Amino acid sequence: MILKPDDAARLAEMVAGALAEGAPLEIVGGGTKRGLGRPMQTRATLDLSGLAGVTLYEPDELVLSAHAGTRLADIEAAVAAQGQMLAFEPPDLGPLWGAAVGAQTIGGVLATNLAGPRRIKAGAARDHFLGAEAVGGRGEAFKAGGRVVKNVTGYDLCKLFAGSHGTLVALHGVTLKVMPMPEKTRTVLLLGLEPAAAVAALAAALGSAHEVSGAAHLPASLARRSAVDLVARAGAAVTAVRVEGPGPSVAVRCAALREQLGRGAEAAELHSMRSLALWREVRDVASLLPDVTAALWRVSVAPSDGPAVAAAVAARAPTEVLFDWGGGLLWLAVPGTGDAGAAIVRAAVDAVGGHATLVRADAAVRAVVPPFHPQPAALAALSRRVKDQFDPRRILNPGRMAADL
Amino acid sequence: MKMPEPDAGTLARRDAIVAALAAIVPGGVIDRPDAMRVYETDALTAYRQMPLVVVLPETTEQVAAVLRWCHAHKVKVVPRGAGTSLSGGALPLADGVLLGMAKFNRVLRIDAADRVAVVQPGVTNLGISQAVAHLGFYYAPDPSSQIACTIGGNVAENSGGVHCLKYGLTTNNVLGVELVLITGEVVRLGGRHLDAEGYDLLGVVVGSEGLLGVVTEVTVRILPKPASARAVLIGFATSEAAGDCVAAIIAAGIIPGGMEMMDRPAIHAAEDFVHAGYPRDVEALLIVELDGPPAEVDHLIGSVEAIARAKGAVMQRVSADEAERLTFWAGRKAAFPAVGRISPDYFCMDGTIPRRRLPEVLTAMREMETRHGLRVANVFHAGDGNLHPLILYDANRPGELERAEAFGADILRLCVAVGGVLTGEHGVGVEKRDLMGTMFSDVDLAHQQRLKCAFDPDGLLNPGKVFPTLHRCAELGRLHVSGGKLPFPDLPRF
Ligand SMILES: Cc1cc2nc3c(=O)[nH]c(=O)nc-3n(C[C@H](O)[C@H](O)[C@H](O)COP(=O)(O)OP(=O)(O)OC[C@H]3O[C@@H](n4cnc5c(N)ncnc54)[C@H](O)[C@@H]3O)c2cc1C
Repeated sequence: MILKPDDAARLAEMVAGALAEGAPLEIVGGGTKRGLGRPMQTRATLDLSGLAGVTLYEPDELVLSAHAGTRLADIEAAVAAQGQMLAFEPPDLGPLWGAAVGAQTIGGVLATNLAGPRRIKAGAARDHFLGAEAVGGRGEAFKAGGRVVKNVTGYDLCKLFAGSHGTLVALHGVTLKVMPMPEKTRTVLLLGLEPAAAVAALAAALGSAHEVSGAAHLPASLARRSAVDLVARAGAAVTAVRVEGPGPSVAVRCAALREQLGRGAEAAELHSMRSLALWREVRDVASLLPDVTAALWRVSVAPSDGPAVAAAVAARAPTEVLFDWGGGLLWLAVPGTGDAGAAIVRAAVDAVGGHATLVRADAAVRAVVPPFHPQPAALAALSRRVKDQFDPRRILNPGRMAADL
Repeated sequence: MKMPEPDAGTLARRDAIVAALAAIVPGGVIDRPDAMRVYETDALTAYRQMPLVVVLPETTEQVAAVLRWCHAHKVKVVPRGAGTSLSGGALPLADGVLLGMAKFNRVLRIDAADRVAVVQPGVTNLGISQAVAHLGFYYAPDPSSQIACTIGGNVAENSGGVHCLKYGLTTNNVLGVELVLITGEVVRLGGRHLDAEGYDLLGVVVGSEGLLGVVTEVTVRILPKPASARAVLIGFATSEAAGDCVAAIIAAGIIPGGMEMMDRPAIHAAEDFVHAGYPRDVEALLIVELDGPPAEVDHLIGSVEAIARAKGAVMQRVSADEAERLTFWAGRKAAFPAVGRISPDYFCMDGTIPRRRLPEVLTAMREMETRHGLRVANVFHAGDGNLHPLILYDANRPGELERAEAFGADILRLCVAVGGVLTGEHGVGVEKRDLMGTMFSDVDLAHQQRLKCAFDPDGLLNPGKVFPTLHRCAELGRLHVSGGKLPFPDLPRF
């Protein structure tokens, strides 16, 4: 059964109905990320794509409100027309699971708290999520947060809902912070560095006063797949440092970064369109790690731990890796057989602290290997108590994040 | 403002409670009234209350043992950092243990390569910046109280500062905490990595005003110091023109490092106090600071000057050097004490409004001045619409405190009415507690309180703060479903 509300009141009724029936719901927006998380047994699909449209956009107040089922692409077009953007650079990961490009909704982006390369400077989706209108697992409609960029009134429930993968509430209205789009973007490339040297160079760049807004490393096999000619033809690993801002400033900072980092390594520079294209590839991953049979892990660790974690995994399984966030975000493609590398990846991450999400694997694997990093007992119990409060009967995406959430 | 009735049983057991806590934290318990006096209020000095007893633990184990004991014996706990809260967040309870975190004052780890610092919660905000300064880094959120306030207090209040439009509030700059739950369990939320998955409990602990747990360690993001910074003073004949200028700067795609506004009474108070060179003949003064690479700062200063001219600025002055930039800021940063010189007491309000509503809000505030018979001076984080009206009163004059409270409540109701919120950075505490209903419905508040139930079902941590009515968790947990019947067509209400 598919439930498709066309307004918030109907949504609340539908959730209340499911509650009365004890019928678990799978919540979908664009349905692009259904392959993320544990497989679920649900009685109905709650399709929020009918709740669409931007309801308020005040560029000079830096806020935008929209129904949660609004396509991200529509929001990005609306803000781009005013020279603005969602600064957290939401990735379009749908194609990793075979979904079409550009099909995701803003509700899905927030519920998964995804962020692209600019995360290191501008924050994640959660940092731009100002207000929520939602229906919880008790079938009650309520709101949290506000419509201004600065607000500490009550608990910041928006943060809780960001990254809750639809297991606490069904979002139907969201308010976001928007930011001006940078006037210019350029990328300094360093060629031929090993991961450890690359991450050290990225740390130097991020530790400089040049306001770096992207810091990634593509080993040679990934660089070769880039659609950006300079990167593909490098014939070597490519380390990329992005600088954004007003024209004169970008030129000066790029020159300074080349001077600071370029010594000993071959360097090049990407301007405008090519720079944008490279960072779109890093953001969306699929074209750089195209093997659809591989299992895909998204690992977050302290940046300086990145190379060692990648090396530890690569020592025990055939691995391809993309480094973003200055080395703190690893996309690891490993064989999808067996436990999809879970034991190896999680051991490597646990040795340094961080988390590893199994982003893509067969449903059969995800049913036995927890896709989300297992938590210590006290934290898991606390998370369970939070779920108990918002969704006591387990009707909202039950089991998606963990068996008991 | 009324606090919950103290529990007579707890008061009667005081000696036993003091003895039990002294066994857990030897040498760290204060129970003599004269020695407890310094803890009876925070920076919202209108409200005072002596605590049951003060405990000053030094280790996470001690905090855990104190909370475990209080949980087992149903004794309330009020955490406290430096006591600079402006909303009464650290106001003691007559039947509650005041848990002072001042002894947690060590910087544990500085990691320049990963751009993080790990500190204990009693380290001051400025102390973090000072500890990392030699590496060329700083901690970005900079409340005006930064020499005194602690990072633990900042986490609890989600504090901001003049640079938070560009660099974010506390919540955007904290990567992890160690948190002791009321049961004494210790959990780690987040860490040195970004975006720990699972429920973002770190995100709700930041800004939770001491109601969810006691923070015993904080991991913050540190940033490289901007290569340069320059500020420009811009005077306007009307607040409308100043507001238009702010909107135009943002519409031009410029996010300044800081963008502050002051009205005439605030300008005069500050100028009389620190002689920052502010013009006395303007209705509104902006301080716009651009930071970053010199090439960018020079470029943007030019753009801001042109916008200000087009918006009718009657005076403009760009800081010629670092000394002058600091002088520009000295007036703004001293605005609270400056106002303290012209009035025996003042209330600092903290609403946020959509910036475009500023002129009507200022006009309404002038009318309220007449109605309440009190004066107000305004400083304003203009970039993000966060207002700080300072209501001047004299607590020694009968009735003035009550009038000041009523004036403040009117201002905050107005903020909500124009689409804003009750508090932008100071927290709800006891001060705005009873106004929560103007912004949130009972159902909204019930969902917030249910989060509290997941952390502290007995309501032992900082009760009487934030929420106007204390519902029992059993009552909040009840599901409103009966016999398969739906509570429709209307939305369910409590
Ligand atoms: C002159 C002046 C200027 C100010 N300027 C600003 C400003 O620009 N921006 C701004 O945002 N604020 C400002 N403030 C408000 C205040 O400084 C902040 O709210 C600050 O974060 C409070 O820190 P504190 O250490 O003093 O905390 P306290 O006042 O001691 O406590 C505040 C709250 O935090 C809780 N708490 C403290 N430590 C812990 C802990 N370890 N674990 C759990 N809970 C804890 C307490 O229970 C209480 O609810 C200003 C205050 C003053 C007096």
